[in-house]
Parts: sequence; C-alpha cells; structure tokens
Amino acid sequence: MTSTLEPVAAPDGRLSAAELAAVRADFPLLARTLRDERPLVYLDSGATSQKPDVVLDAEQDFYLQRNAAVHRGAHQLAEEATEAFEDARARVAGFVGATPGELVWTSNATAALNLVAYAMSNASLGRGGEAARGFALGEGDEIVVTELEHHANLVPWQELAARTGATLRWIGVTDDGRLRVDELDTVVTERTKVLAFSHASNVTGAVTPVERFVARAREVGALTVLDACQSVPHMPVDLAALGVDFAAFSGHKMYGPTGVGALYARRELLEAMPPVTTGGSMVEVVTMETTTYAPPPQRFEAGTQMVSQAVALGAAAQYLGDLGMAAVHAHETEMAGLLLDAVASVPGVRVIGPTDTTDRLANVAFVVDGVHAHDVGQVLDDAGVAVRVGHHCAQPLHRRFGVAATTRASAGVYTTAEDVAAFREALAGVRAFFGAEGA
Amino acid sequence: MSTGSMEQLYQQVILDHAKFPHGRGLGTAGEAAAVTGESHQVNPTCGDEVTLQVDLDDAGVVRDVRWEGQGCSISQASVSVLHDLVVDKDLAGVDELAATFRALMQSKGAGLDDEHAEDLLGDATAFTGVGRFSARVKCALLGWTALSDALITSGARAREDA
Repeated sequence: MTSTLEPVAAPDGRLSAAELAAVRADFPLLARTLRDERPLVYLDSGATSQKPDVVLDAEQDFYLQRNAAVHRGAHQLAEEATEAFEDARARVAGFVGATPGELVWTSNATAALNLVAYAMSNASLGRGGEAARGFALGEGDEIVVTELEHHANLVPWQELAARTGATLRWIGVTDDGRLRVDELDTVVTERTKVLAFSHASNVTGAVTPVERFVARAREVGALTVLDACQSVPHMPVDLAALGVDFAAFSGHKMYGPTGVGALYARRELLEAMPPVTTGGSMVEVVTMETTTYAPPPQRFEAGTQMVSQAVALGAAAQYLGDLGMAAVHAHETEMAGLLLDAVASVPGVRVIGPTDTTDRLANVAFVVDGVHAHDVGQVLDDAGVAVRVGHHCAQPLHRRFGVAATTRASAGVYTTAEDVAAFREALAGVRAFFGAEGA
Repeated sequence: MSTGSMEQLYQQVILDHAKFPHGRGLGTAGEAAAVTGESHQVNPTCGDEVTLQVDLDDAGVVRDVRWEGQGCSISQASVSVLHDLVVDKDLAGVDELAATFRALMQSKGAGLDDEHAEDLLGDATAFTGVGRFSARVKCALLGWTALSDALITSGARAREDA
C-alpha cells in the first residue's frame, strides 16, 4: 500500500498545502466535472466519502490476486485471502484503538447497531444462557437514547423496547444542538440497561463528551452503545480509551467501500453475547438437534463475508493512519470554521448546531429563511456544489428545531478553502433567486 | 450566479404558485359534494408533506380540492397547479390529466411534443424542466399521488381501477 502523500506536516500539525494537494490527487473522482463542465465541489462527505486510489486498488487487487473463500479450504489462495481479510480486521481495529478480536464485520453501521439490539433480544428470551443474562431486558428496564440520534441508533432501540417490554427514554438537545449532559443524572437511572448515543451528530456536528456518558452509565451499571459513524473518519478515536461497551461505524464514510461496516465490542461482552444471524461459518459443532457456536468475532459473521470490501476498508484505515488523524482533524476543524463563516456571512441563513468550532465537526446544517432545503440544494447543485438536503435520517432532531428539512454542507479530508468559497458564493444567491423577503 | 438551467427548472409560473398557492387550506366539504376523499402523502427522503381533500358530486365531477402541505417549491407549486386543473373535471378528465402529467415527468425534460397534451396541462407544462432532475420528479408528483389516493378513499373509485 503506497500513498502519493508527502510526509511533511505543516508546523501546527495541520495538512500543508502540498499535502492537501497530494490528498486531492489521491481521489480520482474529485477531478471530474459536472453538467456544463463545472468542477465538482463535493461537500457531502457526511453522507458518503469519496475513495482514494489505494482503496480502489486494494479491492481490485484482492479479486485479481487473492480471491478465495476465507476461513475454509486448505489451498494457498484460501490462506492468502484469509490473511488479507484478517490483516484488514487488525488494521481497522488498531485504527480505533481495539484488538482484532473485538471487531465484527457488518454490512454497515445500521447492521452493527441492530446486531447489538437483536443479541439483547435473544438474551431476553434466554438464549446465551447464564453468561448472557446481563444483556436481558424486560418490563421495568429502560433504554436511553438521545433526541439527536440518526434513525439507525433510534429505531432499533424502539423495536427492542417493543419486543422486551422495556421503556425507551431519551436525553434532550440544547438550542445549539448539543446533548443535554445535565439530564444524564435524571434520565439515566438504576433502571437503565442501555445508553445509546452518538459520538458526533450527523446534523449539528456537535461532539459528545463521551466520558460523561460513560461515567454515568457505569454508576448505574448500564451498557453503552456509541454511534461513531461521524467521528471515526474525522477525528482521532480510541474506543478502548473512551471506555464504551459497544461502538458502530461504517466503511463508506471513512473513505472505504460501501457494503462494509464494523461493530466494536469489549471482548468479554462479545464472548458472552448470543448469536444473531445464524448459519454457515459461525459454528463449531452442528448436529440435527443442536449447535455450538464459534468464538467471536466469527460467531457474529454468518455466511459469506464482504471480503474484498473489508480488505479495502483496511486500506482506508491505513491511508487515514498514514495521514495522521490529528492532522486530519486539524484540517477539517479549519474547514468547519470556514463553513461556519460562510453560512454566517449570508443574510437569512441560520445554523442548526454550534456556531463555533469548539467540540464540533465540519458538518454544518442550516436553514435558509423562506427557501426549502430541496430548493437550496438545487441551486447549489447548479453551481456544482454537492450538499445534502432533507432530514438526514434524524427526523426527531429536526422536529426539535421546528423544521422539516435542512441543508448540510460537510467536509472531508480533501475539502479546500476554495470549495468553501464556491459554496459561499452559490449560497449567497439563493434567497434572491427565490425572491425571499429581505433578499 | 445561476445559469439557464435553473431558470428552466424554476419557471416563473412555479415560483408564483409556490409563493401564492391556490386551494391551500383544509376544511369541510362544500354543499355540492356528494363524497369527499382525503389523503396524506410524505416524501420520506426529504420530508415533503401534502394532505389533500377532494370533493366529488353525484355525477362524479370534482367540485373542490383543498390541501395543506410543507415542502419545496416544486412540490407545493405542483399541488397548487393540480388544484386549478382538476376542479370541474370528471374522473375520466382527471385520469387523462394525471397520466399526461406523469408522462411529462418521465420525458426527462424533453416535453411531450404534443399540442393536445400541452393545452390540457396548461400551467403544468412549466414543470417540464423538472423531468431532467430525477430526484425532483417525486416532489412534482406528490400532490398527484395524494389525489389518486384521495379518490380511492372517497369511494368514487375502486383501488383496482386506480
């Protein structure tokens, strides 16, 4: 795996101009043009990131050189394929401060969160025996989520509550889009069995003080589940140091391919958890009556796995690791500041989320007075600026702010000041185009 | 800032309907109504919403369309234009309109090249440019989907005919 990156960091730890140019050259898609030969200004990395050459090459290389069924077969190809698959696991695990035995491949982050919820569901039915009793829920138990969750970290818990008789409660959101840490003591109680929350909001960009949530959960003996989809690609994340019990993140948001994500769980929890999806590859001994299961992580990886995508995700983790996540975070924090400045410079535009870069990532959601987000996005698209419009899979959060939809500009490692300037110029013309009052 | 394609998409007719929509505001059926149907439709990708009520008289003629909604200018203007087009039409006339408008949306911005269709659609021909943007076609069709469903809930039309 090679990168065209110059290993020279800017003095303050940010990416130097030369490094940023090299990073952009690693992403072939960024060079394409859109309708009428307009250059692409990609500000939708919060939805999905573009892919560097090393990721595309790794996936193709697997198929060209190593493709075989993993964890079975005794031929050389099978050994090499298994090695590539497990090397990728070690790389991705290491990237988030975990050991390989604590990382389960899933098809995406949604599947990872559902895996935890369904394992608890199965434990609640007695599956997994005595070891799994800690995962069982019933009437009188409570599951706590937050009002800013992506639907992927909300709906599975609603469903788990419905299946087990547990009650769903939630932590509220402040007017600047942060979690109400002050509610932890009242909402999280001795009845709380699960505390599921986002590391960073995919809408407001606010970064959660995870240590406060973990401390409170430990006081009451609740399991913590972290949605790390937005944090892992954009800031240094050490899941073991954070002390969470479970975490989910997706591959395609961290410059890897679609079709692969990961569940992190502390090893002792994975060992005690009953399986969810059952079938091939996750068993030890199968008779007509009964089955014993493989140790984790294989216990949770039934059926043929997304091997080439996992291998490519390993390359993505390597790529980010080579850049250095501190440098990536510093660069994107600078972009967050520029995006916030851009939005603040246009009259009639209001940010949904923190308005400075303290504990905040570079996804900036906003409302344009008198113009629906879809129309905002269309006019930006006409200038070649790709942003996300809608509720970003966080309807309750939008309801909290009294809006049906927002426009969101989100940066990635390859975002430049020129991208933000193009965004700012296009945004400045939106209200006048639609004849909004005061424009 | 904007190039021709934005003016093509957001024709003045659309911007006017979005700003000053016709038929907006739900209420009770008028005296002429023999039956009333209602439908609530959501575009889950963007949260656009329309609630539409349709009144029909004994002869199966649309006597009134009332609606409430929130969403982008394309979705809201489209319901406003729908209101103007379908009031006083019988079911066959509504069907012809709906089918013609759907065909226009599927024309990928080329239009229908059919004088009869253009006469029929009137203001709705302003939506021709929407067909170029596949993500917006659903916005333009939201009201028409609501109308089709409301006709079923009114009992004027069986589900299998729709």
